[in-house]
Amino acid sequence: MFSARNIRIHHIGPLSLSLRAGECAGISGPSGAGKSILMRAFADMEPFSGDLFLKDTPHHRFSGPEWRKKVALMPAESQWWFHTAGEHFPSGFPEENAAALGFSPDVGNWEIHRLSSGERQRLALLRILIHRPEVLLLDEPTANLDRRNTEAAENFILAYMEKTRAAVVWISHDPEQLRRVCHTLCKLEDGRLTGTGKVLY
Amino acid sequence: MVTLSPFDLALAGILIFINAGLSLLLRLNIGRQLMVAALRTVLQLSLLGFVLKFIFDLVNPGLIALMALFMLATAGWEVMRRQSYRFSGIWGFGIGTSAMCLSSFLITLFALIAIIGKDPWYAPQYAIPLLGMILGNTMTGIAIGLDRLTQTVWEKKAVIETRLMLGQKFSEAVSDIRRDSIRSGLIPIINAMSVAGIVSLPGMMTGQILAGAPPMEAVKYQILIMFLIAGGAGFGTIFAVGAGAKRLSDGRDRLRLDRLGKKT
Repeated sequence: MFSARNIRIHHIGPLSLSLRAGECAGISGPSGAGKSILMRAFADMEPFSGDLFLKDTPHHRFSGPEWRKKVALMPAESQWWFHTAGEHFPSGFPEENAAALGFSPDVGNWEIHRLSSGERQRLALLRILIHRPEVLLLDEPTANLDRRNTEAAENFILAYMEKTRAAVVWISHDPEQLRRVCHTLCKLEDGRLTGTGKVLY
Repeated sequence: MVTLSPFDLALAGILIFINAGLSLLLRLNIGRQLMVAALRTVLQLSLLGFVLKFIFDLVNPGLIALMALFMLATAGWEVMRRQSYRFSGIWGFGIGTSAMCLSSFLITLFALIAIIGKDPWYAPQYAIPLLGMILGNTMTGIAIGLDRLTQTVWEKKAVIETRLMLGQKFSEAVSDIRRDSIRSGLIPIINAMSVAGIVSLPGMMTGQILAGAPPMEAVKYQILIMFLIAGGAGFGTIFAVGAGAKRLSDGRDRLRLDRLGKKT
């Protein structure tokens, strides 16, 4: 479904990773190991060497924007540029999904600067699904959330995977979380991915 | 026309000395700079006077072209010097210079051939001052526009990248920044046109009147110059900001801040 072969970017690699449809791979590792940079390579946000494939189609067959609509990266820090939340959803606010993440129906009218970092992070999760990506790259998706909202966010992502058979790469500092949501676990250290084995389920 | 003697200029120069003395007294620490700048004015303009006299006498197209290229290169250098983030490599000099070359040269040509209509069309008394004025103002617009573009892109790096991650094209993700940058490059000339003759008496017109030209003739020339400058600044800034924005991305629609040098 999604595979990365011999990826090198900055001090990382060469490394490979491959995911089947509906599979979630967790990546842990010390901070500064380059987990976020690796994700930037997967989303083609920075020059890198190596090959990316989506269902056996190499990434250069897609334009950059096309690729990123299918392989969507959600960075740890969410960014907003319009006044209200709803304006960031040009094709209409996904009220049903918003409810699943614990938002009230009028959240689209809320002013961005009045939202907490946790609320913004949950909105970013809604936003990254706009183009119904086939691969989700999540960088600390629940870092700013309390326990209840973390659980809601995890269930939300798992439900999306279930429904669309999307593959997910999930970076987290919380080993408990990775064990809860991932099928495979690996560790990025000294520029290498280790422990790529089927672990759970 | 009243001819100025060196003594007249020396008399005016006293003002600079008085200001330098004040700076010393008030510890403004600007006296030295002021003196150096005044000295530079005298030297540079005298030199220009000699060169212009030489060129005006010869009316040699090759020589005029050489002078025009020298002016262009100087302006290009100045645009680069005014950037807080410069494009690395040849682009730092190239983007601003090619934008000025396109806009200023074309507009000067247009003015010389279609409007002034002197024979030969490159008559240096018209060509050099026209080019100089258009180049000088286009340079300001381009320098401001490019500086605004690179600075804002640096500041908004995270927002631009988020927009890219959501599948937007680079041109879409920076469209508002590009628009603002072009606008800010055009504001000086718009302001100059709005207050011309009310708050400020344009220098060129004042010069012509002092030199004995009838006021209405001077006014007509000033209007012409304003329009040419506005055209040059507009085309030049749009081209420079457009090219700069393009250079900040690549064929994969990524943000390429690595193509900018360190802040200076």
